[in-house]
Amino acid sequence: MKKIKIKVNGKVKTVLNNSKLSDLLNKLNIPIKKVAIELNREIVDKKKTSNIKLKKDDKIEIVHFIGGG
Amino acid sequence: MEGDNLKKDKLIIAKKKFDSRLIVGTGKYKSMSECANAIKLSGAEIVTVAVRRVNISNKNKPLLMDYIDPKKITYLPNTAGCFNSKDALRTLRLARNIGGWKLVKLEVLGDKTNLFPDMIETLKTTEVLAKEGFRVMVYCNDDPLMAKRLENSGADAIMPLAAPIGSGLGILNKINIQIIRKQTKLPLIIDAGLGQASDATIAMELGCDGVLVNTAIAKAKKPFEMALAFKNAVVAGRQSYNSGRIGKTLMGNPSSPIKGII
Repeated sequence: MKKIKIKVNGKVKTVLNNSKLSDLLNKLNIPIKKVAIELNREIVDKKKTSNIKLKKDDKIEIVHFIGGG
Repeated sequence: MEGDNLKKDKLIIAKKKFDSRLIVGTGKYKSMSECANAIKLSGAEIVTVAVRRVNISNKNKPLLMDYIDPKKITYLPNTAGCFNSKDALRTLRLARNIGGWKLVKLEVLGDKTNLFPDMIETLKTTEVLAKEGFRVMVYCNDDPLMAKRLENSGADAIMPLAAPIGSGLGILNKINIQIIRKQTKLPLIIDAGLGQASDATIAMELGCDGVLVNTAIAKAKKPFEMALAFKNAVVAGRQSYNSGRIGKTLMGNPSSPIKGII
């Protein structure tokens, strides 16, 4: 299977072409209820991550709440 | 009894009622458990939180939500570190997407050293957020005209600084705060720059509805004791404000009766 490079939180990751966003989130052990996700600057509906296929050069941001003033 | 009125004296922000008038930040603590304990002692029901990237290389890193239950304590996502409207909007839209957070703290900074707010960007952003259904508590300068403009832009709470963020200088311009108090019915919360518990008392005595404190508690030598001190200081200040202080006179006025002196 062809592999593609994407960026997750600024870091380059290699994933299988056409793999799903939900696969990536599972692999990274992301607690989905406690995060928000952006794909190429668009907010992703967290219920639909299994419908989203990853493409070359996709930029994903996964954020959560941390301590702050 | 007179004192019973205190129980009814709630802080109301965006139609939500709170017993505590102390809002605390969750930054700068040595550990998450220290932060959680300080919050508990402060009695705060609202805490500010920042939105940042998940650490994808360390999967077992503890999460804030594991220490502070967002079902029990209201999370107030902030835009700390944002220097323009675009970044602030992006941050808060993401925050909302984490789990429905609509009540947010907007701060758009203008200068990296003094951390003063950029009020032009702040006004613009407030307007957009209000239109998108956010309930926005806005960090701002202690400028009555800007505070009025914010109110007209749809802010849900006006949060002027006491002094630069993290400076510990206390309330630098009491008169401006009093003018803002007089002109607005919106919740007025002193945000940033407090150094010690008595600063919070002064804020409350000026008629503010609450105070927001982070560094003064987190960086105190004994954060837990300082959390308690701030809790008590806010209560004392509010009680004092509600009690109606005496007037000021130049000369003395004896406390004991003159009549019957031997």
